[in-house]
Amino acid sequence: MQTIPNTHTPEPVAHFHRSRFDAWSFLFTGVTGACTYLIIAILLLILGNIVLNGYSHFSWRFLTGGADRGMYDPETAGVLPMIVGTASRIILMTIFVIPVGVITALYMTEYAHSTSLGIRIIRGAVANLAGVPSIVFGLFGWGFFLNFIGTHMDQLLHPEAAKAVWGKPALIWASLTLAVMTLPVVIVATEEALKSIPHGLREASLALGATKLQTVLRIVLPQAMPGILTGGILAISRAAGEVAPILFTGAVSFYPDLPKALTDPFMDLGYHVFILSTQSPNIEQTRPLLYATVMALLLLTFLLNVMAILVRAQMRRKLRALQ
Amino acid sequence: MGLKRGHRARPLEWMIEQLIQFVSYSAIIMVFLIFVFVTREALPILLGQMDSAAVRPSLSMDEAMKLPEADLRKYLNMTQSEFAKADAESIKILVELRIESSATETTDKDAKLNTTQWSHLLGPYQWSGYTQPEYIWQPVGTIHKYNIVPLLVGSLKVSFIALAFALPLALGAAIYVSQLANPRIKEWLKPAIELLAGLPSVVLGFFAMLVMATFLQNVFGYTTRLNAFLAGIALGLAVIPLVFSIAEDALTSVPRSYTQAALALGSSRWQAAYQIVLPAALPGVFAAAVLGFGRALGETMIVLMTSSASIISWNIFDSARPITASIAAELAEAVFGGHHYRILFMLGALLFTVTFLLNLIGDVVVHRLKRRLEGKA
Repeated sequence: MQTIPNTHTPEPVAHFHRSRFDAWSFLFTGVTGACTYLIIAILLLILGNIVLNGYSHFSWRFLTGGADRGMYDPETAGVLPMIVGTASRIILMTIFVIPVGVITALYMTEYAHSTSLGIRIIRGAVANLAGVPSIVFGLFGWGFFLNFIGTHMDQLLHPEAAKAVWGKPALIWASLTLAVMTLPVVIVATEEALKSIPHGLREASLALGATKLQTVLRIVLPQAMPGILTGGILAISRAAGEVAPILFTGAVSFYPDLPKALTDPFMDLGYHVFILSTQSPNIEQTRPLLYATVMALLLLTFLLNVMAILVRAQMRRKLRALQ
Repeated sequence: MGLKRGHRARPLEWMIEQLIQFVSYSAIIMVFLIFVFVTREALPILLGQMDSAAVRPSLSMDEAMKLPEADLRKYLNMTQSEFAKADAESIKILVELRIESSATETTDKDAKLNTTQWSHLLGPYQWSGYTQPEYIWQPVGTIHKYNIVPLLVGSLKVSFIALAFALPLALGAAIYVSQLANPRIKEWLKPAIELLAGLPSVVLGFFAMLVMATFLQNVFGYTTRLNAFLAGIALGLAVIPLVFSIAEDALTSVPRSYTQAALALGSSRWQAAYQIVLPAALPGVFAAAVLGFGRALGETMIVLMTSSASIISWNIFDSARPITASIAAELAEAVFGGHHYRILFMLGALLFTVTFLLNLIGDVVVHRLKRRLEGKA
């Protein structure tokens, strides 16, 4: 037997030299580690600064007080209208976004062929929607919801009214704008949850004679519930602190009444932080008020984030048990 | 029951499936509607149909009466329905009023200019009172100056500062967390950095305005308190978690076997990270930078709170005013349907298009990288 002469000697891909004390290794690890801890230090600095300056003014009276006796007076001003405003726009948004997002994810994972053109276009649209700047959502909400749908509704429903009923900044337009903004968050989270469900479950259900829809409604959806919840909470925590999309569509700087109807404007925690920082007549005097408002906003978003993390951990544990 | 399939077997189920399919197109519809409705408001500017001149030349009565109806309507600045209602007598009165009012109007030579023309939107012009041609965004006063170049420069300047600050930090952290850190510490580090993404941008803006502004001014000793540098650093804080997530994801998706092979050949951990993993994940790092830049361009509240005047200068400690800050601050005051309003929507459409392209590039790069590392391409 003839052996093939080995003419090809492999070139070494990279040359590694190792001394007893590897200065480069030390430096590289040190620099990248310093980057990591610097970011965390900045985060802690921001949180620490807010908590240290905010907690003294953070009281039950502050949380439940109204703004009717002036919103710049640290002694009497409270944030109840802002909390109610933010909560209402978030709840309404959730009602709009969850069904649409979940149905889209269901279609993408359960019904459509994963390489079909339709799916690829939906995927592209979702990725694009996630990257649209928040101020563009504000412009869109103003141009489409408020000026197009709102004014047409006025022409149809209240042709004689002297003032616009729907065609002005309102709770419902802000919520709808935010729902469009958070749609990708819900779709992606639900899709991930649906994908993690073992295929055997669906096949077992179909084999027992259930229809596709029955399988989706009774087997797939209940299993995906924690994932849908996570998506919902992530969407909420993203939307809770957003200000730019509601600047033109519903939030106002002063409206001491709590919003009662879908067409009411509202005060908002995040927008109030902006107003207190930029329009305060005396920034030194309103500083405790500002810090406490920021703290209320942060507590809200962080509680939501922690909830999402806990739900996700619970979901993982369940899935592991299932497999 | 037989082997009936499709909508004849279960009509209700078939209908629900159609409904599901219809709803699932909502994301596509929304992207389309955003584009249509933001561009729609900007269309008269894009087509050059707006006229912002404060003074238009007035015609004598005879000249005006000789005009064709459409031109006369335009001259009197009336809508079609208004013009149809008006009789010949009231038209004459309106023409006389125009002649009278032109006598008392300002004599500034710039008042006759249409500042919404492309040459004025993009090119420099020597306004009366200035010694040389300049780019000016000044949408108030008798003569509205709508040059968008200062805003574009402001956006780019602030975003580049943000990226220069965020990219090294986030990248270093991504390498450390994905390659070098002890797995037990890693479990804490990752969520801690991602917590930064949970900070609402209005809170970052507030912190930059109240705390960082004073601190940075003391350190660097510049004069303008709210400037491009401060805005860039604050914006960088918003960009860090995004760049970190994407870069960390790309680095982690490099197969473990690459690192193990390098270590088996006698490399140290950092050599494996720097010479093997980082080059393999380089497209992901590029995508992280592109997406981070898109995020920085589109961020609103931070720059709204940390920027003031629109100045073109190379000094990073001068003030800058990005596009997003202008839209947020000025739309409420702009006259509905007026030139200022339409130019702000045009800037919004521009922003939408640019971020759309940046996101597309980033997504394609990440997608390709993943496929290659999984050995599918």
